[in-house]
Amino acid sequence: MGNFSVSGVALKGIAACVPKQTEFNKDYPYLAEADISKLIEATGIEQRRVAPKDICSSDMCGAAAEKLIAELNWDAATIDVLIFVSQTPDYILPNTAPLLQHKLGLSKTAMAFDMTLGCSGYVYGLSVLAGIMKTSGFKKGLLLAGETAARIVSPKDKSAMPLFGDAGSATALELQDDAPAMHFGLGTDGSGYKTIIIPDGGARNVVTEESLKPHTVSEGIERNNCQLVLEGMDVFSFGITTVPKAVSSFMEHFSLQQENVDHFIFHQANMMMNKMIAKKLKLPLEKVPFSLKEFGNTSSATIPLTIVTELKGQLQNKKTSMVQCGFGVGLSWGTVYIETNDPVIPDLIEL
Amino acid sequence: MELNDFVENFAAQLENEEGVTITPETNFRDLAEWDSLVALSIIAMVDEKYNTKLTGDEIRASHTISDLYEKLKSKVA
Repeated sequence: MGNFSVSGVALKGIAACVPKQTEFNKDYPYLAEADISKLIEATGIEQRRVAPKDICSSDMCGAAAEKLIAELNWDAATIDVLIFVSQTPDYILPNTAPLLQHKLGLSKTAMAFDMTLGCSGYVYGLSVLAGIMKTSGFKKGLLLAGETAARIVSPKDKSAMPLFGDAGSATALELQDDAPAMHFGLGTDGSGYKTIIIPDGGARNVVTEESLKPHTVSEGIERNNCQLVLEGMDVFSFGITTVPKAVSSFMEHFSLQQENVDHFIFHQANMMMNKMIAKKLKLPLEKVPFSLKEFGNTSSATIPLTIVTELKGQLQNKKTSMVQCGFGVGLSWGTVYIETNDPVIPDLIEL
Repeated sequence: MELNDFVENFAAQLENEEGVTITPETNFRDLAEWDSLVALSIIAMVDEKYNTKLTGDEIRASHTISDLYEKLKSKVA
Protein backbone atom coordinates (compact mmCIF):
# COMPACT_ATOMS: atom_id res chain seq x y z
CA MET A 1 0.00 0.00 0.00
CA GLY A 2 2.42 2.65 1.20
CA ASN A 3 -0.23 5.39 1.34
CA PHE A 4 -0.99 7.41 4.45
CA SER A 5 -1.82 10.94 5.57
CA VAL A 6 -0.61 13.19 8.36
CA SER A 7 -2.67 16.22 9.32
CA GLY A 8 -1.89 19.00 11.76
CA VAL A 9 1.73 19.44 10.65
CA ALA A 10 2.58 22.56 8.61
CA LEU A 11 5.51 23.21 6.31
CA LYS A 12 6.86 26.56 7.57
CA GLY A 13 9.91 27.08 5.41
CA ILE A 14 12.50 25.73 2.98
CA ALA A 15 16.11 26.82 2.41
CA ALA A 16 18.80 25.53 0.08
CA CYS A 17 22.55 25.94 -0.13
CA VAL A 18 25.04 25.15 -2.92
CA PRO A 19 28.81 25.52 -3.20
CA LYS A 20 30.05 28.54 -5.18
CA GLN A 21 32.35 26.46 -7.33
CA THR A 22 30.75 25.76 -10.72
CA GLU A 23 31.70 23.12 -13.26
CA PHE A 24 30.50 23.39 -16.84
CA ASN A 25 29.65 20.23 -18.72
CA LYS A 26 30.89 21.78 -21.96
CA ASP A 27 34.36 21.64 -20.41
CA TYR A 28 34.10 17.96 -19.41
CA PRO A 29 37.51 16.70 -20.49
CA TYR A 30 36.80 13.03 -21.10
CA LEU A 31 34.34 13.30 -23.98
CA ALA A 32 34.58 14.53 -27.57
CA GLU A 33 32.91 17.87 -28.25
CA ALA A 34 30.08 16.41 -30.36
CA ASP A 35 29.32 13.83 -27.68
CA ILE A 36 29.22 16.51 -25.01
CA SER A 37 26.64 18.52 -26.97
CA LYS A 38 24.48 15.43 -27.33
CA LEU A 39 24.85 14.67 -23.66
CA ILE A 40 23.92 18.21 -22.61
CA GLU A 41 20.93 18.20 -24.92
CA ALA A 42 19.62 14.85 -23.64
CA THR A 43 20.28 15.45 -19.94
CA GLY A 44 19.50 19.16 -19.93
CA ILE A 45 22.39 19.64 -17.51
CA GLU A 46 24.73 22.51 -18.44
CA GLN A 47 26.44 23.21 -15.15
CA ARG A 48 26.82 21.76 -11.69
CA ARG A 49 27.98 23.07 -8.34
CA VAL A 50 30.81 21.06 -6.87
CA ALA A 51 31.89 21.39 -3.26
CA PRO A 52 35.59 21.76 -2.45
CA LYS A 53 37.06 19.07 -0.20
CA ASP A 54 36.42 20.98 3.01
CA ILE A 55 32.66 21.33 2.47
CA CYS A 56 30.45 18.36 3.31
CA SER A 57 26.72 17.78 2.87
CA SER A 58 26.30 18.65 6.54
CA ASP A 59 27.96 22.05 6.05
CA MET A 60 25.55 23.01 3.29
CA CYS A 61 22.57 21.67 5.25
CA GLY A 62 23.82 23.47 8.35
CA ALA A 63 24.13 26.79 6.51
CA ALA A 64 20.63 26.36 5.07
CA ALA A 65 19.26 25.52 8.52
CA GLU A 66 20.89 28.52 10.23
CA LYS A 67 19.42 30.91 7.68
CA LEU A 68 16.01 29.29 7.86
CA ILE A 69 15.92 29.28 11.67
CA ALA A 70 16.87 32.97 11.66
CA GLU A 71 14.26 33.99 9.08
CA LEU A 72 11.58 31.98 10.87
CA ASN A 73 12.54 33.69 14.13
CA TRP A 74 12.79 30.29 15.75
CA ASP A 75 14.86 29.64 18.84
CA ALA A 76 17.05 26.66 17.91
CA ALA A 77 16.73 25.35 21.46
CA THR A 78 13.00 24.77 20.90
CA ILE A 79 13.51 22.38 17.96
CA ASP A 80 12.63 18.90 19.18
CA VAL A 81 13.67 16.72 16.28
CA LEU A 82 16.25 16.83 13.49
CA ILE A 83 16.55 14.31 10.67
CA PHE A 84 19.54 14.35 8.33
CA VAL A 85 18.97 12.61 5.00
CA SER A 86 22.16 11.85 3.10
CA GLN A 87 24.36 9.16 1.60
CA THR A 88 27.43 11.32 2.10
CA PRO A 89 27.64 11.69 5.89
CA ASP A 90 30.68 13.28 7.54
CA TYR A 91 31.83 9.93 8.97
CA ILE A 92 30.93 6.26 8.66
CA LEU A 93 29.98 6.71 12.28
CA PRO A 94 28.67 8.51 14.28
CA ASN A 95 25.52 9.68 12.50
CA THR A 96 25.86 13.25 11.24
CA ALA A 97 22.60 14.45 12.84
CA PRO A 98 24.21 14.73 16.31
CA LEU A 99 26.96 16.95 14.85
CA LEU A 100 24.27 19.18 13.38
CA GLN A 101 22.29 19.18 16.64
CA HIS A 102 25.39 20.54 18.35
CA LYS A 103 26.39 22.96 15.60
CA LEU A 104 22.92 24.46 15.31
CA GLY A 105 22.45 24.74 19.07
CA LEU A 106 19.57 22.33 19.49
CA SER A 107 18.78 21.13 22.97
CA LYS A 108 20.32 17.94 24.34
CA THR A 109 16.81 16.59 24.70
CA ALA A 110 16.33 16.79 20.92
CA MET A 111 15.85 13.64 18.88
CA ALA A 112 18.39 13.51 16.03
CA PHE A 113 19.26 10.77 13.57
CA ASP A 114 20.27 10.06 9.97
CA MET A 115 18.35 8.43 7.16
CA THR A 116 20.44 6.94 4.38
CA LEU A 117 18.39 7.50 1.27
CA GLY A 118 19.12 9.31 -1.98
CA CYS A 119 16.74 10.62 -4.59
CA SER A 120 13.61 9.50 -2.73
CA GLY A 121 15.04 10.73 0.57
CA TYR A 122 13.39 14.13 0.77
CA VAL A 123 9.87 12.76 0.52
CA TYR A 124 10.71 9.83 2.81
CA GLY A 125 12.24 12.23 5.30
CA LEU A 126 9.17 14.46 5.25
CA SER A 127 6.95 11.44 5.92
CA VAL A 128 9.05 10.25 8.87
CA LEU A 129 9.42 13.72 10.38
CA ALA A 130 5.74 14.60 10.04
CA GLY A 131 4.77 11.19 11.44
CA ILE A 132 7.06 11.52 14.45
CA MET A 133 5.84 15.03 15.23
CA LYS A 134 2.22 14.03 14.94
CA THR A 135 2.54 11.04 17.27
CA SER A 136 5.00 12.55 19.76
CA GLY A 137 3.58 16.05 19.97
CA PHE A 138 7.04 17.50 19.19
CA LYS A 139 6.28 21.05 18.09
CA LYS A 140 9.16 21.92 15.80
CA GLY A 141 11.18 19.71 13.48
CA LEU A 142 13.92 20.10 10.90
CA LEU A 143 14.54 17.97 7.86
CA LEU A 144 18.04 18.44 6.47
CA ALA A 145 18.62 16.72 3.13
CA GLY A 146 21.84 17.06 1.18
CA GLU A 147 24.51 15.32 -0.81
CA THR A 148 27.99 15.82 -2.14
CA ALA A 149 27.03 13.55 -5.02
CA ALA A 150 29.85 14.79 -7.25
CA ARG A 151 32.37 13.56 -4.66
CA ILE A 152 31.38 9.90 -4.84
CA VAL A 153 31.55 9.67 -8.63
CA SER A 154 34.64 8.91 -10.69
CA PRO A 155 35.66 11.99 -12.70
CA LYS A 156 36.43 9.61 -15.57
CA ASP A 157 32.94 8.11 -15.63
CA LYS A 158 31.05 9.78 -18.48
CA SER A 159 27.89 7.91 -17.52
CA ALA A 160 27.71 9.63 -14.14
CA MET A 161 30.10 12.54 -13.62
CA PRO A 162 28.31 15.04 -15.90
CA LEU A 163 25.03 14.39 -14.09
CA PHE A 164 25.78 15.08 -10.44
CA GLY A 165 26.12 18.23 -8.39
CA ASP A 166 26.29 19.05 -4.68
CA ALA A 167 23.66 20.80 -2.54
CA GLY A 168 22.12 20.90 0.90
CA SER A 169 18.69 21.90 2.15
CA ALA A 170 16.68 22.56 5.28
CA THR A 171 12.91 22.25 5.70
CA ALA A 172 11.02 23.34 8.81
CA LEU A 173 7.83 21.65 10.01
CA GLU A 174 5.66 22.78 12.89
CA LEU A 175 2.63 21.32 14.65
CA GLN A 176 -0.36 23.44 13.81
CA ASP A 177 -3.91 22.24 14.50
CA ASP A 178 -5.45 23.65 11.34
CA ALA A 179 -2.70 22.50 8.95
CA PRO A 180 -4.16 20.55 6.02
CA ALA A 181 -3.20 16.90 5.61
CA MET A 182 -0.01 15.88 3.89
CA HIS A 183 -0.59 12.75 1.84
CA PHE A 184 2.21 10.28 1.28
CA GLY A 185 2.72 7.38 -1.11
CA LEU A 186 5.95 5.43 -0.65
CA GLY A 187 7.40 2.50 -2.56
CA THR A 188 10.43 0.22 -2.67
CA ASP A 189 11.91 -2.38 -5.02
CA GLY A 190 15.10 -3.78 -3.53
CA SER A 191 15.49 -6.23 -6.41
CA GLY A 192 17.03 -3.26 -8.20
CA TYR A 193 19.64 -2.53 -5.50
CA LYS A 194 22.50 -2.89 -7.97
CA THR A 195 21.10 -0.28 -10.34
CA ILE A 196 22.70 2.56 -8.37
CA ILE A 197 25.37 1.32 -5.99
CA ILE A 198 28.78 1.93 -4.46
CA PRO A 199 29.95 -1.69 -4.21
CA ASP A 200 32.80 -1.43 -1.66
CA GLY A 201 33.23 0.34 1.64
CA GLY A 202 30.27 -1.07 3.53
CA ALA A 203 30.34 -4.19 5.67
CA ARG A 204 29.40 -6.49 2.74
CA ASN A 205 32.56 -5.62 0.82
CA VAL A 206 35.01 -3.94 3.15
CA VAL A 207 37.63 -1.72 1.55
CA THR A 208 40.72 -3.54 0.37
CA GLU A 209 43.62 -2.38 -1.75
CA GLU A 210 41.73 -3.80 -4.72
CA SER A 211 38.74 -1.52 -4.02
CA LEU A 212 40.75 1.55 -4.88
CA LYS A 213 42.20 0.31 -8.16
CA PRO A 214 40.58 2.06 -11.13
CA HIS A 215 39.28 -0.27 -13.82
CA THR A 216 37.80 0.41 -17.24
CA VAL A 217 34.20 -0.74 -17.44
CA SER A 218 33.72 0.35 -21.04
CA GLU A 219 34.82 3.22 -23.22
CA GLY A 220 34.65 6.43 -21.22
CA ILE A 221 33.84 4.70 -17.97
CA GLU A 222 36.71 4.25 -15.56
CA ARG A 223 36.13 3.97 -11.83
CA ASN A 224 37.06 2.08 -8.68
CA ASN A 225 34.78 0.06 -6.45
CA CYS A 226 34.38 2.84 -3.90
CA GLN A 227 32.79 5.02 -6.58
CA LEU A 228 29.24 5.20 -7.81
CA VAL A 229 27.92 2.72 -10.36
CA LEU A 230 24.95 4.05 -12.30
CA GLU A 231 23.28 1.61 -14.68
CA GLY A 232 21.82 4.36 -16.81
CA MET A 233 19.60 2.20 -18.98
CA ASP A 234 17.97 0.50 -16.00
CA VAL A 235 17.52 3.75 -14.10
CA PHE A 236 15.87 5.24 -17.15
CA SER A 237 13.62 2.24 -17.63
CA PHE A 238 12.62 2.39 -13.94
CA GLY A 239 12.04 6.12 -14.08
CA ILE A 240 9.75 6.18 -17.09
CA THR A 241 7.65 3.20 -16.01
CA THR A 242 7.46 3.12 -12.21
CA VAL A 243 7.27 6.85 -11.54
CA PRO A 244 4.26 7.75 -13.74
CA LYS A 245 2.41 4.70 -12.41
CA ALA A 246 3.21 5.60 -8.80
CA VAL A 247 2.09 9.21 -9.23
CA SER A 248 -1.14 8.26 -11.05
CA SER A 249 -2.16 5.71 -8.45
CA PHE A 250 -1.23 8.19 -5.70
CA MET A 251 -3.47 10.86 -7.25
CA GLU A 252 -6.27 8.35 -7.63
CA HIS A 253 -5.92 7.01 -4.09
CA PHE A 254 -6.22 10.46 -2.55
CA SER A 255 -8.80 11.67 -5.12
CA LEU A 256 -6.51 14.47 -6.24
CA GLN A 257 -7.22 16.25 -9.51
CA GLN A 258 -4.30 17.40 -11.57
CA GLU A 259 -5.93 20.75 -12.31
CA ASN A 260 -6.23 21.46 -8.57
CA VAL A 261 -2.51 20.99 -7.94
CA ASP A 262 -0.39 24.09 -8.59
CA HIS A 263 3.05 22.51 -8.96
CA PHE A 264 4.50 19.08 -9.65
CA ILE A 265 8.08 18.91 -8.45
CA PHE A 266 10.06 15.89 -9.50
CA HIS A 267 13.46 14.70 -8.49
CA GLN A 268 15.83 16.19 -11.07
CA ALA A 269 17.35 13.14 -12.77
CA ASN A 270 17.77 14.18 -16.37
CA MET A 271 15.67 16.13 -18.83
CA MET A 272 14.94 13.21 -21.14
CA MET A 273 13.59 11.10 -18.28
CA ASN A 274 11.77 13.93 -16.53
CA LYS A 275 10.05 15.14 -19.69
CA MET A 276 8.96 11.61 -20.46
CA ILE A 277 7.51 11.25 -16.95
CA ALA A 278 5.64 14.55 -17.31
CA LYS A 279 4.38 13.54 -20.74
CA LYS A 280 3.09 10.18 -19.54
CA LEU A 281 1.24 11.93 -16.72
CA LYS A 282 -0.07 14.49 -19.24
CA LEU A 283 1.21 17.34 -17.07
CA PRO A 284 1.46 20.80 -18.59
CA LEU A 285 5.16 21.71 -18.48
CA GLU A 286 4.44 25.09 -16.82
CA LYS A 287 3.45 23.13 -13.71
CA VAL A 288 6.71 21.17 -13.75
CA PRO A 289 9.72 23.28 -12.75
CA PHE A 290 13.29 22.24 -13.58
CA SER A 291 16.52 23.24 -11.89
CA LEU A 292 18.79 20.65 -13.44
CA LYS A 293 20.15 22.91 -16.15
CA GLU A 294 22.12 24.84 -13.53
CA PHE A 295 22.52 22.32 -10.73
CA GLY A 296 22.25 18.80 -12.16
CA ASN A 297 21.19 15.89 -9.99
CA THR A 298 21.84 16.67 -6.33
CA SER A 299 20.17 13.52 -4.98
CA SER A 300 17.89 14.15 -1.98
CA ALA A 301 18.35 17.93 -2.34
CA THR A 302 16.80 18.30 -5.81
CA ILE A 303 13.22 18.89 -4.67
CA PRO A 304 13.92 21.61 -2.06
CA LEU A 305 16.57 23.15 -4.35
CA THR A 306 14.05 23.34 -7.21
CA ILE A 307 11.49 24.94 -4.89
CA VAL A 308 13.96 27.59 -3.72
CA THR A 309 15.38 28.42 -7.16
CA GLU A 310 12.29 28.05 -9.35
CA LEU A 311 9.18 28.54 -7.19
CA LYS A 312 10.10 30.96 -4.41
CA GLY A 313 8.03 33.82 -5.84
CA GLN A 314 5.08 31.59 -6.61
CA LEU A 315 4.86 30.09 -3.12
CA GLN A 316 5.34 33.20 -1.01
CA ASN A 317 2.40 35.29 0.21
CA LYS A 318 -0.20 32.76 -0.78
CA LYS A 319 -1.63 29.29 -0.40
CA THR A 320 -0.40 26.73 -2.90
CA SER A 321 -0.54 23.00 -3.38
CA MET A 322 2.23 20.75 -4.61
CA VAL A 323 2.88 17.18 -5.51
CA GLN A 324 6.52 16.20 -5.05
CA CYS A 325 8.01 12.93 -6.21
CA GLY A 326 11.49 11.57 -5.54
CA PHE A 327 12.76 8.35 -7.12
CA GLY A 328 16.01 6.46 -7.54
CA VAL A 329 18.64 4.59 -5.55
CA GLY A 330 17.19 1.65 -3.62
CA LEU A 331 15.26 1.38 -5.76
CA SER A 332 12.99 3.64 -3.78
CA TRP A 333 10.36 6.25 -4.54
CA GLY A 334 8.05 8.54 -2.66
CA THR A 335 5.28 10.99 -3.53
CA VAL A 336 3.77 13.66 -1.29
CA TYR A 337 0.89 16.08 -1.65
CA ILE A 338 1.38 19.13 0.49
CA GLU A 339 -0.31 22.50 0.86
CA THR A 340 1.68 25.50 1.99
CA ASN A 341 0.62 28.93 3.21
CA ASP A 342 3.25 31.61 2.66
CA PRO A 343 6.29 29.57 3.67
CA VAL A 344 9.57 31.29 4.52
CA ILE A 345 11.99 30.77 1.63
CA PRO A 346 15.37 32.49 2.00
CA ASP A 347 17.35 33.24 -1.17
CA LEU A 348 19.65 30.48 -2.32
CA ILE A 349 22.73 30.39 -0.11
CA GLU A 350 26.19 29.98 -1.65
CA LEU A 351 29.08 28.61 0.35
CA MET B 1 3.58 -7.34 -33.14
CA GLU B 2 5.62 -7.41 -36.33
CA LEU B 3 9.35 -7.56 -36.84
CA ASN B 4 9.23 -5.08 -39.69
CA ASP B 5 7.38 -2.51 -37.57
CA PHE B 6 9.89 -2.97 -34.82
CA VAL B 7 12.81 -2.42 -37.20
CA GLU B 8 11.10 0.71 -38.45
CA ASN B 9 10.49 2.00 -34.94
CA PHE B 10 14.10 1.21 -34.06
CA ALA B 11 15.40 3.02 -37.14
CA ALA B 12 13.28 6.06 -36.26
CA GLN B 13 15.43 6.55 -33.16
CA LEU B 14 18.55 6.89 -35.29
CA GLU B 15 19.68 9.78 -37.38
CA ASN B 16 19.76 8.71 -40.99
CA GLU B 17 23.29 7.77 -41.66
CA GLU B 18 24.12 7.90 -45.32
CA GLY B 19 24.49 4.54 -47.03
CA VAL B 20 23.29 2.60 -44.00
CA THR B 21 20.14 0.52 -44.31
CA ILE B 22 18.65 -0.78 -41.11
CA THR B 23 17.49 -4.40 -41.36
CA PRO B 24 16.57 -7.06 -38.80
CA GLU B 25 20.11 -8.39 -39.13
CA THR B 26 21.78 -5.05 -38.47
CA ASN B 27 24.19 -5.34 -35.61
CA PHE B 28 23.13 -2.13 -33.88
CA ARG B 29 26.17 -2.00 -31.68
CA ASP B 30 28.33 -1.54 -34.78
CA LEU B 31 26.44 1.56 -35.92
CA ALA B 32 28.62 4.64 -35.73
CA GLU B 33 26.00 6.58 -33.82
CA TRP B 34 25.11 3.83 -31.32
CA ASP B 35 25.72 5.06 -27.78
CA SER B 36 24.06 5.02 -24.39
CA LEU B 37 21.80 7.93 -25.29
CA VAL B 38 20.43 6.12 -28.35
CA ALA B 39 19.90 3.12 -26.07
CA LEU B 40 17.74 5.33 -23.84
CA SER B 41 15.59 6.37 -26.76
CA ILE B 42 15.15 2.70 -27.71
CA ILE B 43 13.98 1.99 -24.14
CA ALA B 44 11.60 4.95 -24.38
CA MET B 45 10.30 3.78 -27.77
CA VAL B 46 9.66 0.24 -26.48
CA ASP B 47 7.86 1.65 -23.46
CA GLU B 48 5.71 3.92 -25.60
CA LYS B 49 4.89 1.61 -28.50
CA TYR B 50 4.88 -1.78 -26.78
CA ASN B 51 4.14 -0.83 -23.19
CA THR B 52 7.04 -3.02 -22.10
CA LYS B 53 10.06 -2.41 -19.91
CA LEU B 54 13.37 -3.19 -21.59
CA THR B 55 16.35 -3.68 -19.29
CA GLY B 56 20.00 -2.80 -19.79
CA ASP B 57 20.89 -6.50 -19.61
CA GLU B 58 18.50 -7.31 -22.44
CA ILE B 59 20.05 -4.65 -24.63
CA ARG B 60 23.56 -5.74 -23.70
CA ALA B 61 22.71 -9.38 -24.49
CA SER B 62 21.37 -8.52 -27.95
CA HIS B 63 23.45 -8.03 -31.04
CA THR B 64 21.02 -7.64 -33.92
CA ILE B 65 17.73 -5.80 -33.95
CA SER B 66 16.08 -9.15 -34.49
CA ASP B 67 17.66 -10.44 -31.21
CA LEU B 68 16.10 -7.54 -29.36
CA TYR B 69 12.77 -8.13 -31.07
CA GLU B 70 12.74 -11.76 -29.90
CA LYS B 71 13.39 -10.68 -26.30
CA LEU B 72 10.64 -8.15 -26.50
CA LYS B 73 8.25 -10.65 -28.07
CA SER B 74 8.81 -13.16 -25.28
CA LYS B 75 7.94 -10.46 -22.73
CA VAL B 76 4.87 -9.17 -24.51
CA ALA B 77 3.47 -12.65 -25.14
